[in-house]
Amino acid sequence: MRTLRVSGVAVRVHVRACVVVACLTAAAAGLGLLALSTGTAVSPAGALRTLLGRGDAASELVVYAFRAPRTLLALLVGAALGTGGAVVQSLSRNPLGSPDVIGVNAGAAAGAVLMLLVVGGASTTAVSLASLACGLGSGLLVYALSFRHGVQGARLVLVGVGVTAMLNALISYLLTRAELDDAQGAKVWLIGSLAGAGWDRVWPVALAVAAALPAALATSRAAALMEMGDAAAGALGVRVERLRLTLLLTAVGLSGVAVSCAGPISFVALAAPQLARRLTRAPGPGAAASAAMGALLLVAADLLAQRLPTPGQLPVGVLTAGVGGLYLAWLLHREWRPSRWAGRG
Amino acid sequence: MRLTGLALSVGVLAVTVAASLAVGSQAIPLPELWRQLWHPDGGESAAVLHELRLPRTLLGLCVGVALGLAGALMQALTRNPLADPGLLGVNAGASLSVVCAILFLGAHDVTAWVWFSMAGALAAAVTVHLLGSHHPTRLVLAGAAVSASLLAAVNGVLALDSGAFDQWRFWDVGALAGRPLDVVAQVAPFVLVGSVLALSLARGLDAIALGDQAGRALGASLGRTRLLGGLAVALLCGAATAAAGPIGFVGLMAPHAVRAFTGPGHRRLLAHSALLAPAVLLGADVLGRVVARPAELESGVVTAFVGAPVFIYLLRRRRVIAP
Repeated sequence: MRTLRVSGVAVRVHVRACVVVACLTAAAAGLGLLALSTGTAVSPAGALRTLLGRGDAASELVVYAFRAPRTLLALLVGAALGTGGAVVQSLSRNPLGSPDVIGVNAGAAAGAVLMLLVVGGASTTAVSLASLACGLGSGLLVYALSFRHGVQGARLVLVGVGVTAMLNALISYLLTRAELDDAQGAKVWLIGSLAGAGWDRVWPVALAVAAALPAALATSRAAALMEMGDAAAGALGVRVERLRLTLLLTAVGLSGVAVSCAGPISFVALAAPQLARRLTRAPGPGAAASAAMGALLLVAADLLAQRLPTPGQLPVGVLTAGVGGLYLAWLLHREWRPSRWAGRG
Repeated sequence: MRLTGLALSVGVLAVTVAASLAVGSQAIPLPELWRQLWHPDGGESAAVLHELRLPRTLLGLCVGVALGLAGALMQALTRNPLADPGLLGVNAGASLSVVCAILFLGAHDVTAWVWFSMAGALAAAVTVHLLGSHHPTRLVLAGAAVSASLLAAVNGVLALDSGAFDQWRFWDVGALAGRPLDVVAQVAPFVLVGSVLALSLARGLDAIALGDQAGRALGASLGRTRLLGGLAVALLCGAATAAAGPIGFVGLMAPHAVRAFTGPGHRRLLAHSALLAPAVLLGADVLGRVVARPAELESGVVTAFVGAPVFIYLLRRRRVIAP
């Protein structure tokens, strides 16, 4: 931790965290460029020419109509999930806390599955809207149900688990009662996929990230204090109940929108903050580092999903869990010394 | 007082067992039930009782005991109120090996799946334990990481092969119905060994609950308790998942509900969890037969839909007691 002083204004800077955020952002941007320039229809050189404004009409169509929205969606959804995860983990003081835990993902998934299997024949926009509405609704329901003389962190999470269990049971039930083809289609949505993304799916996530990321960054310090416990944070001047509501709304908004546009892509929200925390070695959730890590994870996984020689294209959710899970397992294996784990969370 | 509590739990369990034997699309009155149980006359109700209801009641008892104990153990070992018996990677390991058995070996019935899912569950639990046995937080994260990777593999297979998906979705919902008595015989020994192991660890778990340093200062062997506890969870949860599919929530909910009236001491917590978790599961199974008559709702669906509101009600009424 260093203190920077510029003409009377002092800013405390965690140098290592800043370096890590810069590196992760650069890596995510680099992979994004790579994703834009790989594919069968347009060569990498052609794609680069197009990006510089000197391509022909055909390659402009491929790059701007197909590849750019998908790549941007991967980066933005990754950032949204990473930030949402970081916020919920400090909100719940639990390394397992992620928007899945407070009911947002399950609600969004149930909304989409109801639309796909019960209503039937719904357009992509209708499915997205239904999942957004149900995701936000179940997130707020969890908050309302756990409110009693203020919200206790542990109660919030446990109520979320209860609501999630109900919604997941509903999804399993609907899957067993549907025709096989419909159920299979719903399953692909439930794994999370970026295939066929257009600009109409990019804008909502871009708006959500633009609105919520500054809020997450602004509350980052106070959230780090809140991880020490409500009493300690209150004594240090944090208005705990108001902060908790702000954090919850941020997380619910971010992940609700992300899930409605790309499906409940698993594990990014859980893994990104944990990985970021290990790299920055900073106290607190580190919203910026988590966002950059989430974007990197998702864009890498999507690149793999497009390039792997499988019979059909794999949904990206398969690879996020595969890549993120193995990376986290490897990190845990490397950090084998128990002493380094004293007091970590 | 303590004996009264225990007698009450036993009584609740006995009532649900009787209900599970008597209630269904063909109701059997209790006196006849008793007679048919010991002296089957070869009639229709004897056939229903012995071929359908008895196997699924025994299976419910087995699976319920296993899930309740595994949940209480898991929450104590990780000191995390969110810990679910599936967290050691057990459900994901079982899922992956069942899917592989369907896909590559053409195994199509429950009795064949049992051994695969046991093996998968144990392998996943060992991996998680090797990665994370030093610290509760690490154990939780290692479980989540391994589960996520394994489920990713399951999802990848299911996204590409619709035949396997068709069989898997009926296993995944979690049900007690349609399993022959052989399945109970296959998994009962594992549940028995796991239960004895779990109950014998109560004192060590009390020490772990105080924190690593205080526990060590009290002379508890933390490493041994974690190892044996992990083994017990793997046996119990592997057997339950193998027999009934991944039934969620019972293992998570039962210890929380029980803790509200036993307090945090593990001897009573484990004993009551082992008695009340099967009561919850069998009650859910009976309810599933009644509400959707003449069809049935799977017990995995009912446990979540009945259990979750009760669980949330309990959480709102009392202060949350962390394990």
